[in-house]
Formats: sequence, C-alpha cells, structure tokens
Amino acid sequence: MKEYFGLLFTGAKSLLIGLGVTFRAMITPAVTVNYPREKIAISPQFRGHTDLVKDAVSGTHRCISCLMCEKDCPCGCISIASETREGVKGKVLTGYRLDFTKCSLCGICVEVCPTAALEYSQEYELAGRTREQFHYDLLKRLEARG
Amino acid sequence: MEMFDLLPPELIRIVISAVIIVAFVFLNSMVLGYAERKLAGFFQLRPGPMEVGPFGLLQLMIDGIKLIAKQLIIPNDSGKWLFRAAPLIAFMPVVMSFIVIPFSEKLQVRDLDVGLIFLLGIMALHVISTLLAGWVSNNKYALFGAIRAVAQNIAYEIPMLLSLLSVVFISNTLSMQGIVKAQGALWNVFVQPLAFIIYFVAGLAETNRAPFDLPEAESELTAGFHTEYSGMGFSLFVLGEYTNMFFVCSIATVVFLGGWSGPPLPFYAYSGIIWFFLKVYGLLFVMIWVRWTYPRTRFDQLLNFCWMYLIPFSLVNLLLTAVGVKLFK
Repeated sequence: MKEYFGLLFTGAKSLLIGLGVTFRAMITPAVTVNYPREKIAISPQFRGHTDLVKDAVSGTHRCISCLMCEKDCPCGCISIASETREGVKGKVLTGYRLDFTKCSLCGICVEVCPTAALEYSQEYELAGRTREQFHYDLLKRLEARG
Repeated sequence: MEMFDLLPPELIRIVISAVIIVAFVFLNSMVLGYAERKLAGFFQLRPGPMEVGPFGLLQLMIDGIKLIAKQLIIPNDSGKWLFRAAPLIAFMPVVMSFIVIPFSEKLQVRDLDVGLIFLLGIMALHVISTLLAGWVSNNKYALFGAIRAVAQNIAYEIPMLLSLLSVVFISNTLSMQGIVKAQGALWNVFVQPLAFIIYFVAGLAETNRAPFDLPEAESELTAGFHTEYSGMGFSLFVLGEYTNMFFVCSIATVVFLGGWSGPPLPFYAYSGIIWFFLKVYGLLFVMIWVRWTYPRTRFDQLLNFCWMYLIPFSLVNLLLTAVGVKLFK
C-alpha cells in the first residue's frame, strides 16, 4: 500500500521536474545559425587554400621562384612556372599552379617560403562539379584581386 | 434573393455552420501542425521550420498540397472499399462533434440536451476506424498497432467517463451550454481538480498522443495502423487526430475551465469565443509540451496505469462527489 502511494508521488514529482526541464529548454534561445541566410564569422586563424600575398610596397607578389615550396610539398600539388627576362634580376614567376584536390593543408609551403609570399585564404564555401575547378592558378587569382 | 425566402432559415443556418466547421477543421489542423513542429523545435533547442514563408508559417499549407498530389497506393490484397473507407471513418465523426461545442453564449450549432453523451459516443467511433485501418492493410505490423490502439482506447474511456460524470453530478445537466452556465464564476477545475487531471490524462490516451502513442509508434511499428496509407488517406488520419485533440481539449475547457466565460468583453454574447480559444489552445500547448517531454510507455505499463491508478481514483472521486452533493445541496 505504501509502495502504491510512494510510486505515485515520486512518479508525479519526476513528471513535473521533466516538464520544467523542457520548459526551460523552450525559453532558451536556439544557437542555430540559419546557414545560407546567416553566416558565422570565420576566425582569422582559419586555414583555407594558399594564396599569394599582395606586397604593400611593390603592389605585386613576393615570390622569387626558389621552388622551395614545390620541393617540400609532401603531396606534390604545387607546380611553378618561371622564366628569366632581360634586364630583370633573378627569375620572374609566370604561373603558380596549386592542385587543391591533393593539398593536405599541412602549411609546409607557407612555413618554408623565404620571402613569406604565401598565406592562407579564408574560403570555405568550396563545392564544385568538376575536378578542374580546384586546379587553382594563384598568380591569376592575385591579378584578379587587383 | 427571392431564393432565400423559399428556403427555411434553419436550412441556411445548417449549411453555413457546416461550411464554417469544415473550414475551421482544416485551419485548425494547419495551425496545430505548425505549432507542434515549431514547439518541438523549441523544446529541442532548434528553430523548427523556417524556410517556407516567414518563420515557416506556410509550411503546413505546402505540406497539404504535397499530400494531395501524392499517389494513393492501395495494396493488392486488401479490401478495396474498406481501405478507402477507413480514413473517412476516422475523420467524419470528429467533425460532427463540433455541433454541440459551445464556442460562445450564442455561437453553438445545436444545444442538444444530451450533448456530453453525444460527444462520448463519437469518441468511441474513433476506435472503429483505427481497427479497420489496421485490419484492412494486410500488414501484420499495422494489425499490431490497431490491436494495441483498441485495447488502449477502450481502457481509457472508463476514467474519462467517470471524471465527466462527477461534473455532471454537480451541474445537474448533460447539455454543454448548461454545464458552462452552471459553473458561473467558480470553474469546475477548482471544485474537482482530481477529475480534471484524470480527464486530461485519459484524453491524451484517447487521442493516441505521446506518451501513449503506441499505435503509431514511429520507431517501433513503422507508423503502426496507418503504415499503408499515403497521400490523402494519411492526411485524413492526421486531420482526424489533430481535430480529435482540439475536441478533447474543448470538452475539458467547457466542462472544467468554464468554457467561454471570462472577464467581460464588448459583444460578450459572441466574443466569449476569444476566451474559449485561449483556454483550448492553452490546453493544446500543454498536450504538445507533454508529448515532447516524456518517453513512450510500454504497453503493459499503459494498461496498468489505467486500471491500477486512474480507475480507482476516479471511482473514489465519483463517490466523494455523490456524497458531497447529497450533503450540501
């Protein structure tokens, strides 16, 4: 008999406590971000694919075509094309091809560059239909940025 | 306009009420379905439907259009006409129940003298549709769902009836409008709190709502008795369920919470409907709140709860009410 009423009271109390929990959950604002319409701010430490840095003084890239990044890349996704021109000291970069489908975002290229010519971009909305879409030419991207 | 002189005014009144009631049933299901999904989201710390229309307001309307457009798949070995009839039997009686509900002092289609018994009879018809749907689907899981539903509904009709009977002892009338008027300012929930709680729990079980939703246990029986229904058949079951919820809550409001009575408003004979809707939707909010809080009861726990707890308490309540009425009247 005592168990009958005991069960009834503990049961009823636990039911009311449960209702309180869900009510509190109802009034807490949701942290859901309505993604395509609202976006979260990306931290500056985010590692997207690499981009050539636009030097403030010279207005163009700082790459000297030493090929350190190409040699040290563990995935073999960088291939650099350069030439020598008359009247210009050292080599001139004509194409910096990054195959992002192979890149592992390890950051060795950024670390090893003697002129700090590479930086991480902040691009995360990368969805494409062909593999060629991710064969970037970083020199053309720099020129497009203006 | 001469046509209106030929028709008796009663007929016009009946036709207008029928149109308003059917329109209201669909509108109510839309509002209630939207409220359920939004509240389910809020209880689970997420926003709920947000895409279709501002804050997802048009979601249910588009869902209705989608369900109408779906193909009605009828299993080969099921009874042809019975299969099509089961959703209709689920939907029609609940719509009929709106005849006796007093929305306001002058807004009631017909004030039957036995209004309460009429409503209880309609609730019993709902069981037939569930059993029919489960049987005619030629699917053993649907049949399990239907069998459980029948046992559950029949068991929980008893405490429902007993708790309503206690109120009838006090108000001395079975007509719905009479019960509202007999309460006056002192609502029956203060005079009979135990009966209110028992009625509400039994009402949850009658409409197959969680935590008593074994017949349509989504994760156990793959949608239970309405597994084989698609498109409009399924949506008639859902409409029937939401309307049944509204109907159970409106009986609770009329019998326990004083129906349309409340602080006076202009045109009070008609504007009592505002208080009525506030109370009914408050109770519906509690029903949705309970659904998204509690886990499902096991079948033996469900029946045990009814027979060991609800029926004894409602019998004791009835006895005490009878004694009290005899002593104090």
